[in-house]
Amino acid sequence: MSHIVNMILKRIALGILTLFVVSLIIFLATELLPGNFAQEILGQSATPETVAALRRQLGLDQPMHVRYAIWLTDVLRGDFGESLANGMAVSELIGRRLGNTLYLALYAAAIAVPLSLALGILAALLRNSFFDRFANASALTSISFPEFFVAYILIFLLAGAGGAFPSMANFRGDPSFGEFLYRAFLPALTLTLVVTAHMMRMTRAAIINLLASPYIEMAHLKGMNPMRVIVKHALPNALAPIINVIALNLAYLITGVVVVEVVFVYPGLGQLMVDSVAARDMPVVQGVALVFAAAYVFLNLAADVLATLSNPRLVHGR
Amino acid sequence: MSSLKGSPALAGVSRRGVLKGATALGTAALVTPWGTPLRAQPKHGGTLRVGMAHGSTTDAMDPGSWEADFMIFQAHTRNNYLTEIATDGSLVPELAESWEASPDARVWTFNVREGVDYHSGHRLVAEDVIASIDHHRGEDSTSAAKPIVEDIVDMKADGMNVIITLANGNADFPFVLSDYHLPILPAKDGKIDPETRDGCGPFRIVDLEFGVGARYERHDGYWKSGLPYIDAIEQFVIHDDAARQNALISGEVNYIDTVDLNTVSLLGRAAGIEILSVTGTQHYGLPMDTRAAPFDDVNVRQALKYAINRQQLVDTILNGYGSLGNDHPIGPGQRFFNTDLPQKELDPDKSKFHLKQAGLDSLSVDIHLADAAFAGAIDAGVLFSESAASAGISLNVVREPNDGYWSNVWMQKPFVGTYWGGRPTEDWMFATAYADGVPWNETYWSHDRFNELLVSARSELDENLRREMYFEMQQLVSDEGGIIIPMFAAYVGAYSDTLVKPDQVASNWRNDGHRIGERWWFA
Repeated sequence: MSHIVNMILKRIALGILTLFVVSLIIFLATELLPGNFAQEILGQSATPETVAALRRQLGLDQPMHVRYAIWLTDVLRGDFGESLANGMAVSELIGRRLGNTLYLALYAAAIAVPLSLALGILAALLRNSFFDRFANASALTSISFPEFFVAYILIFLLAGAGGAFPSMANFRGDPSFGEFLYRAFLPALTLTLVVTAHMMRMTRAAIINLLASPYIEMAHLKGMNPMRVIVKHALPNALAPIINVIALNLAYLITGVVVVEVVFVYPGLGQLMVDSVAARDMPVVQGVALVFAAAYVFLNLAADVLATLSNPRLVHGR
Repeated sequence: MSSLKGSPALAGVSRRGVLKGATALGTAALVTPWGTPLRAQPKHGGTLRVGMAHGSTTDAMDPGSWEADFMIFQAHTRNNYLTEIATDGSLVPELAESWEASPDARVWTFNVREGVDYHSGHRLVAEDVIASIDHHRGEDSTSAAKPIVEDIVDMKADGMNVIITLANGNADFPFVLSDYHLPILPAKDGKIDPETRDGCGPFRIVDLEFGVGARYERHDGYWKSGLPYIDAIEQFVIHDDAARQNALISGEVNYIDTVDLNTVSLLGRAAGIEILSVTGTQHYGLPMDTRAAPFDDVNVRQALKYAINRQQLVDTILNGYGSLGNDHPIGPGQRFFNTDLPQKELDPDKSKFHLKQAGLDSLSVDIHLADAAFAGAIDAGVLFSESAASAGISLNVVREPNDGYWSNVWMQKPFVGTYWGGRPTEDWMFATAYADGVPWNETYWSHDRFNELLVSARSELDENLRREMYFEMQQLVSDEGGIIIPMFAAYVGAYSDTLVKPDQVASNWRNDGHRIGERWWFA
């Protein structure tokens, strides 16, 4: 097992390096955007004098490497700074939104992962049947439509006048768990429809790949029940690619859902990122980008560890 | 000191009088054919839930930074101002009970209302007024309102009087104090805390999250007796047009501040939904840099002004929710709107005539547009280029990104798009964007006669003389100015019919001057 621990430690170190590089790239990219914070935030009402005063007060008149160095040393001390726009602590701004984003991602994953695994296994079992074709066609259809379109269709069918679910997921105060499940149902369902196809088709393909192997044929020849062949014999060997796809989709659920947030008025990280980029609010942009990058790094690490653990040949290395 | 109270525009109409008048009218107008009054006195109670299109995570509490409708609505819900623009467009007292000016309109004395309490329980004093205005002045001010208070040279308190001295006379100065950046906030040691959530308006903030939403509760000690009618307000930011309309139809909210003009007629057909359309001073324009060739020739500008089909723009871009513009920024509802000015129309012959005057056979120019300038700007540009072709002008529409439009395109490229919410007075509008050398003079226009009139009209107390001068200024801007203003756009919102709209709705801003919290009630 020690080489797994080694691998994890090495990957964490690499992950931290990745985060550093990401922060540098994001910083430079934001600098490249035309306009600066003072101009963007004052908008049409900017005058040269107020822009200059604002830049001076926020320290934006310093050269960019100095600003980056200051930001980096603060972060290393655990201080993510304050929003340039309204002086709120970045950690507080992100903390609240991150919770919302994670709840929604988990909610969607809790529906999508079991659903796509089950559909994938069934499709592999009944391959080339009507069910297989139907499941594939509908999953591909839902992934091919833009998210907002899927969202509008769901609103049209399930919300609106006489509908069973609210079209706005926005809740003020602390909702109960049941209330949350009810209000966030439509966004979670939209995301489910968007991510299911990828995971389902990977499950199906990975299993079908193995079905030609001699050991599967042997199991069939023993007269084993086809469902049992797939779940007991094929699936364990197909886990590695499936886990990787699930990890990628989970990362997407955390980082890529701004459109769904906007349509369902759900206050997550995506909208925070968009607003902050539009205003060139550097500390917030950096903070959110780090959270997104960390989500990718962590989920990829988790996927690799799980894939390794699922393969005895790797766990018991010679 | 001679009193200005005699002039109708500044008449100190008491709020109660206005309300009484409005209610009487309302009852009279809404008697059903079989004779029973449909609507009685306004009722108390209910929670108003508002969906708003503009609000961002980067909004801030500092009044100098307010720009998005979300914060401006918040401002009028939580705060009071020295003066208030009434629903009929006239100026009425709010925290200033009355005011007087010196004969040269340079020294103004405001009598601050007694017995007004903040939500925190503090009592309003004259020093609060001074600190609240002071916040926007000075070298280090980052306030968007800095230019409008720049003329103040001195402020001092005398009991409950605030005496403000201006560098130059300004007969419209009390109007300036109704600007949404200038709420009266509690002062400590001569300074306001810009982060405070306190105020003395009709509602107090329960919680507020930038870019997401806010909740308010009725301020029980509000000094306007009987107001507000509504108990609580919930305010949501809903960026997406379809999501906002869905929220209204499904009853998640009962008022939305912006309706997509492409689907407004569909929304109006939904059961229980009413459309609110108010045309005021908001206008869309196409400014030209009057220093840059070929726009430095007034004939070229005139040729372009006669090459645009205004009616077509109002019909298609605004879907009919607006009115024709005449290349000057004064709206038909304003005090000194020039009624003698002929309406400019698409006229290829006149356009060609002006081109010839400029010594040109044909003209080819670029116009830089993005929908950030105003909704439908790019479509408007394409329509313009088609009508301009009939006058032998080749107009090339350059599509610019929305992101960074106001810093990289507007006032940088020679021919662009713009919008103005408008200003309640002629002087304020002209001084903001047409006077020589001011930061927002987007056409870099400098006209001696115009600038001379602007200064003399500002301190002129004779109503008729002022009217004459403002008429001439509108004529000058319309004929010789650098901006094409083809249309005045209505503020279009929608509300559920459980809400009662007063008979007169203010046109100075969206949302009944952003005061629906105080002015509307539930049926």
